[in-house]
Amino acid sequence: MLEENLVTLIIDNKVVKVKQGTTILQAAKQVNVDIPTLCFLKDINEVGDCRMCIVEVEGKKGFATSCIQKVEEGMVIHTHSPAVMEARRVILDLILSNHHRDCLTCSRNGNCELQALAMKFNIHQVQFEGDMTDHKIDDKSPAIVRDFNKCILCRRCVATCKNVQGIGAIDCMNRGFESSISTVGNHSLNDVNCTFCGQCIESCPTGALREKENIKDVWRKLKDPEVYTVVQTAPSVRVALGEEFGMPIGTNVVGKMVAALKSLGFDKVFDTNTGADLTIMEEANEFIERFTNNDCLPMITSCCPGWVRFAEKDYPDLLDHLSSCKSPHQMFGAIVKSYYAKKYNIDPKKICTVSIMPCIAKKYECQREEMEVDGIRDVDYVITTRELSRMIKQANIEFTKLEDDAFDAPMGEATGAGAIFGTTGGVMEAALRTAADTMEGKDLPKFEYEAVRGGKGRKETTVEIAGKQIKAVVVSGLSNARKVLDEIREGKADYQFVEIMACPGGCIMGGGQPIKSSKIRSEVDVRKLRANALYTIDEKSIIRKAHESPVMKQMYEEFLQKPGSEIAHKYLHTKYTPKKLYDI
Amino acid sequence: MKTLEEIHQIREQKRKELDLRVNTAADTREKHILVCRGTGCTSSNSPDIIDNFRKILKEKNIQNVRVIRTGCFGLCAKGPIVIVRPEDTFYAMVTPDDCREIIEKHIEKGEIVERLLCKDLDNKMVKRLDELNFYKKQKRIALKNCGVIDPEQIDEYIAFDGYKALEQVLTSMTPEEVINEISESGLRGRGGAGFPTGKKWLFTSQAKSDKKYVVCNADEGDPGAFMDRSILEGDPHSVLEAMEIAGYSVGADKGYIYVRAEYPIAVQRLQVAIEQARDYGLLGKNIFGTNFSFDIEIRLGAGAFVCGEETALLESIEGRRGQPRLKPPYPANSGLWGKPTLINNVETFANITRIILNGAKWYASIGTEKSKGTKVFALGGNVNNIGLVEVPMGTTLREIVFDIGGGIPNGREFKAAQTGGPSGGCIPSEHLDIPIDYESLSSIGSMMGSGGLIVMDDSKCMVNISKFYLDFTVSESCGKCTPCRIGTKRMSELLEKICNGEADEDDLYKLEKLALNIKESSLCGLGQTAPNPVLSTLKYFRDEYMEHIKYKRCRAGQCKALANIEIDPEKCRGCGICQRNCPVNAITGDPGKPHKIDPYICIKCGTCVEKCPFLAIKK
Amino acid sequence: MSEKNCMDEKISNEMQKLLKKYSKDKSNLIQILNQVQEKYGYIPKQAQFEISNYLSIPMAEIYGVITFYSRFNLQPKGKYSISVCLGTACFVKGSQALLDRVKERLKIEEGQTTPDGKFSIDSTRCVGACGLAPVFTVNNKVYGKATVKDLDEVLDEYMKKND
Repeated sequence: MLEENLVTLIIDNKVVKVKQGTTILQAAKQVNVDIPTLCFLKDINEVGDCRMCIVEVEGKKGFATSCIQKVEEGMVIHTHSPAVMEARRVILDLILSNHHRDCLTCSRNGNCELQALAMKFNIHQVQFEGDMTDHKIDDKSPAIVRDFNKCILCRRCVATCKNVQGIGAIDCMNRGFESSISTVGNHSLNDVNCTFCGQCIESCPTGALREKENIKDVWRKLKDPEVYTVVQTAPSVRVALGEEFGMPIGTNVVGKMVAALKSLGFDKVFDTNTGADLTIMEEANEFIERFTNNDCLPMITSCCPGWVRFAEKDYPDLLDHLSSCKSPHQMFGAIVKSYYAKKYNIDPKKICTVSIMPCIAKKYECQREEMEVDGIRDVDYVITTRELSRMIKQANIEFTKLEDDAFDAPMGEATGAGAIFGTTGGVMEAALRTAADTMEGKDLPKFEYEAVRGGKGRKETTVEIAGKQIKAVVVSGLSNARKVLDEIREGKADYQFVEIMACPGGCIMGGGQPIKSSKIRSEVDVRKLRANALYTIDEKSIIRKAHESPVMKQMYEEFLQKPGSEIAHKYLHTKYTPKKLYDI
Repeated sequence: MKTLEEIHQIREQKRKELDLRVNTAADTREKHILVCRGTGCTSSNSPDIIDNFRKILKEKNIQNVRVIRTGCFGLCAKGPIVIVRPEDTFYAMVTPDDCREIIEKHIEKGEIVERLLCKDLDNKMVKRLDELNFYKKQKRIALKNCGVIDPEQIDEYIAFDGYKALEQVLTSMTPEEVINEISESGLRGRGGAGFPTGKKWLFTSQAKSDKKYVVCNADEGDPGAFMDRSILEGDPHSVLEAMEIAGYSVGADKGYIYVRAEYPIAVQRLQVAIEQARDYGLLGKNIFGTNFSFDIEIRLGAGAFVCGEETALLESIEGRRGQPRLKPPYPANSGLWGKPTLINNVETFANITRIILNGAKWYASIGTEKSKGTKVFALGGNVNNIGLVEVPMGTTLREIVFDIGGGIPNGREFKAAQTGGPSGGCIPSEHLDIPIDYESLSSIGSMMGSGGLIVMDDSKCMVNISKFYLDFTVSESCGKCTPCRIGTKRMSELLEKICNGEADEDDLYKLEKLALNIKESSLCGLGQTAPNPVLSTLKYFRDEYMEHIKYKRCRAGQCKALANIEIDPEKCRGCGICQRNCPVNAITGDPGKPHKIDPYICIKCGTCVEKCPFLAIKK
Repeated sequence: MSEKNCMDEKISNEMQKLLKKYSKDKSNLIQILNQVQEKYGYIPKQAQFEISNYLSIPMAEIYGVITFYSRFNLQPKGKYSISVCLGTACFVKGSQALLDRVKERLKIEEGQTTPDGKFSIDSTRCVGACGLAPVFTVNNKVYGKATVKDLDEVLDEYMKKND
C-alpha cells in the first residue's frame, strides 16, 4: 500500500494509520477502541441519528459523528473525554426517558443494545423523565409483533425494509417528539405490503420488533398425552442455535439440538432436510418438464414464503412462473400426516406437527388456507430458532453439555443437497444436481456449482446439461429479486431457472435466527460462517443428491409413485392467488 | 425572445417613462398611484383599493394617471399604503372608500388629502415617504426596487438596470472574476450563519462534476420574519438574475427556488417572473447569444421550519421528509442528488446584482469590518413602526428600535429584543448600543438569523417567551436525532413547570444542563441553536426564572397560573374600556369610578391590560 | 356500488388526470401532494394509492411525507377553517389568548374539526400581516389587531350562519 493513501491520526493517545475514507469508528477499532453506537448498522444504516457515537476532535467545534465522519490527517480524537461521556450519558438518559423499561419481561432481555449501553454507562436512574409517546401494539399478523413503545427511532428497521429489501412497509411518521416508525395509516403489518421476511427484527436493537411467539401453544401440545407431537428442524437452525448458548457462530449443533428436542418431549424428531430432498424431487421434475416444453419459463423457486407473499402482492402477473411445489417443511408436514401416519397407524388428527424454522414468514405460511389436505393442516405450529432456544432454557436443559443424539427413523436421513437449502444458491444447486443427473440419465461426478455459492445478492450461471444450455440466476434479498422480476416482466430476461430467497444470504440469515448486535455484524461475516457450516455438512454427507436418497426411493415406492404424480400433487403442491398490495 | 439590442431599447425607453417613480422633479404629465400589494397590505384590502382607483379613473375618463401595484414599502404598521408619484405623497391606512377623495382632491385639484397623511411620532405631519424618521437611517440595497416597480412587469425591472448585471457578467467577465468580485465585496450569507458568500461560490465552482445546481432558499420559517417574502413579492427578477449569475460562476445550468407554499403571492410573482424571463430569452438556452444556458424551477415547501436548514431543504426538493443530512460532506461537494450545489438565501441573492453593477469596493464600503453591506430586518412586536427595514451593518439596536422603530408604544419600557428567531437570543437593554453585525450578536448569545427582530416591552415574561420558542422548536424538530427530538421536549416540559410555579432549583439545573447538551450534540443547525432562547434569557433574566421558582411569581403577569389580574383603584378613572372589551364580562364598575375584576370569571386573557389607556391594570 | 367506492373511483379518475402533468420522477412527490391538498383540502387515501402507484413510492413513505409537513392534512378541514397566527410578532401581542379562546369556544383542539364539520382550528406561523398583529384568519380572510372580544364577535357571526 502506498504511504500517501494513508492518514495518520491519534485516537485516545494511540497513533493509528488508516486508509483515506475510513470512518473514525472503523479507525478506532484498529487500535481496539470500541466507540459505542446505537443507530449504526454497517452498510445498512449509517446516518448518525442517535448521537451515541460522538467523539471530541481537538480544535473542532461540537462533536464529530464517528460512524460516518471520515478521518482526516492529524486529527486528535478523544472518545471518552469528560465532555463526551457526559453528553453520551444525557443522550442515553433521554432515550430511556421515552422507552418502556420493562426489561425483565422483554423478549430482548439480555440481548438488547440499549440495555447493554445503559449498563455500560452505569445509568441507575433516569434523570429527564417526562411525557412518553404512546403506541398501540400491533399483533394482528401471524408473524410479527410491533411494540413501538420500545422503539428508539434508530431507523435500522426502516433502512432494512426500504433499502435492503426494497419493500418500504414501514417508515418514519410525524415529526419531532411525535415521530414514530409505522405503516401507512398505522395499519397492521398484516394488511400492508410487508412480506414477513422479519429482517426488521434482526436489525432492531431493542424489543420493538419481535416474532409472534408460539411457545405456549407448543408447550400445551407437548403436555397433552392425547397428542402425538412431531417436530422437524430446518437446515439453517442447526448452524445457528448454538449461538444462543454462547457457542461460536457457525457451530453445527445438530446432535445437541435433536437431544434437546427429545428432552422437551416430542414424540418424533425429524429433519426438514428430508423435506428439502422431497422438494428437490418434485421441483427438479417440474423444472425438467417445463424446460422441455418451454412452459412458462423461467421457473422460479417457491420455498420461501416471504418471497411468495411478495410475489402475490407485488408481481401477481408473474405467479405462473412460480414452481407449484410447497416449501420443504409444508411438504414434510403433509407427508407426516399421510404417509407416515398410515404407515405407523396413527390417527393424523392426533398428530401435531411443529416446525423449527429460521424464519417468521413460515408462521404465516403454515396458516395459509392452501396448506392443508382433506381438512388436515400440514403444519400446526412454526417456532423460530430463537423460540426453540427459549424453550430449551425454560426446560432447564444444559444445552452445551448434551450428548449428541440422532434424528428419528425413518425420515431423519437426509442428503447433503437438503442441507444446503438453508443458504442462498442452495436450492438451485440441489435442484441442478438432480435435474442434471435425470436429464443426462447418469450419475454425474461433478455436481458442485460454485457459481451459485457465496454471499452476493445476485449470482448467475449457465450450465450445459444434456447438450442444452440452462441459464440460471440466484437472488437473495427482495430488492435484488425486484430487479430480476422487473426484467422478466419486461421480457428482458432469458433465464430458465430462478431461485429467490427473501432474506439476504438465504434462510441462515432468516428473520427467526439469533439476533446479532450491530457490533458483531460489523466485525464478523455471520452469513459466511453459517453458510460454511452448511456446506461442510453437505461435504461430509455420504449421499449428496436428493434422488439417491433411500428415504426418497422408499417414499415414492410406497406412497408417492413418482415425482409429479397425481398423489404427489395432492400432498406436495400448492397454488398462488394474487393479493392486494395494501388491504386497507 | 429579445436580442440584446432590444433589451437595451426597452431599458432606455422604460427608464424615461418611469423616471417619475424615483424623481420628484421628473419631467412628465403623468401621475402614478402606487398601491402596496405585499402580503401585509393585501390582507387589509389593498386589492380593493386598486380596483376602486381604476374604476373611478375610468368613470372620470382620466387618461394620464396609472395605478401601479408594487411590493412592500416597509412601513407595514401604516398599511394599506398608497403613494402618488412623482410628488411622492404618502397616504397611510387607506381604505377603498378613500380612493374617490384622493382622485378628486389630489389628482384632479392637486390638493393633498391631509387626513390620510401619516403622523410621525413627534406628531409632525409627513407628506413624503423619505421625510419619515422610519426611513431616515435606512439604506435600501436589497429592497431597492421594492415599492418602486410593478413586480409583474419585467420591463419595469429592466428599466431600473434589470438584467444589466447578467449581461455584464456573461459578456465581459470570467466565472473567476465574478467570484472574486463577490468575495471582495465581503457579502456573507443572509440566511443566518453568515458564511462568506464568495467562499461558497468558490467551493462549488471548484467541485468537479458533470452537473451542478443553484438553489435559492426561500423557506423563510422564522415566525415573525418576512424579509425574503417581501423581496420575492416586490422584486422577483433580482433573485432570478442573481441565480443566473451564480449559475454562470459555479458552472450550473439549473436552479431551484424552494419557497413556502404559504406564500401564495410570492409564488405567483415568481411564476410570472420566470415566464416573462423565459419569453425574453433571459432564462433558457444560450442567454444573450452566449454559451450559457440556465433555467429555474420553483419547488414548494409544505410547512416545515427545518427545511430552512440547507440539507433538509435538499431532501425536501428531492421529494422526501425534510430531515437534515450530516455535514460534511457539504452541499458544495454533494448536494442535490449528490451533485455540487450552491445554496443561498433570497436576501443574499438580492444583493448580487447591485454588487456586480456598483462594484465590490462600493459594497465593502458599507457596514463594519467583518460584516459588509446592509441587512433587512422584519421589525415587529411591541414597537411603533412595525415593518420592513434595511440598515447598514453596524447600525445599533437602539437606532433600529427607537429611531427607526419609533420606540415602544403605550408608554411602556423596552425590555428585550429578540433576533434570530427560534435560533437566536434575547438582547436586554444593557446591550441596546451593540452594533448589529454577525460577530457582535453571537458574542452576546444571540445571532443575526434571517432577520426577524421582535421587540418586547416590560409586560412580557422572559420565561414565557423562552417557552414560546422552545415549543416552536419542539413542534418543528424533524425528530431525526435524539437530543433535539427528546431533549427539546424535556426542556419545554421543564419550562412549563417553571411557568406553572411547580419547579424547584433542581429543575433549573436540569434545564441548563440539557440546553448545553443539545447545543453541543445535535445533528443539525436547528437542534444546535434551539437552546439559544433559553440560554440567553438565563444569562440576562435569570432573576425572572428564580422569581417563578422561589416566589411563584411572574412579574409580567404572563404566566397564567401565576397571574392575578387586578385593577389599581388609584389609577383607574372608570372609563369603562376594559369592561367593554372583556370577553367574559368579568369587570364591573360604575362610570367614573374604579372598576373591579371578578377573579372567578376572569380567564386571564389580558385584553384589559392591553386596552387600559391609564396602565391601571396589572397582572 | 357503495358511496365510498363511487367516491374512490371519482378520485382515481381525477388523480390520473392530475398525475399526467408530472413525470414519474420521485422528487415530484411533494409538488403533487401540494396540488392534491389544494384540490381536495386534504390528501384522500385513494389519492395516496394513485401517487404510490404512479411514482413507485411505498405508501408508508408517502404517509411519512404527508405527516411530516404541516400543510398536508389527512382529514378534510371544517367549512370554516380558523387559523390563529402564532408567529412571534403576533404572540408578543397576545395571540395565544386568541387561540385559547377559540379552542374554549369550539371545544376542540388545534388540528381538529368540530363534529358537525363546521369549524376547524389551526395555529399558523406568520401569515405575513405582522403590521396587523395579532391576527387570525377564517378561510383566508384576515382579521387584524384582534382582541378576544373581536374574535368572539366573529365566531358568533359564523355560528349563526346555517348553510
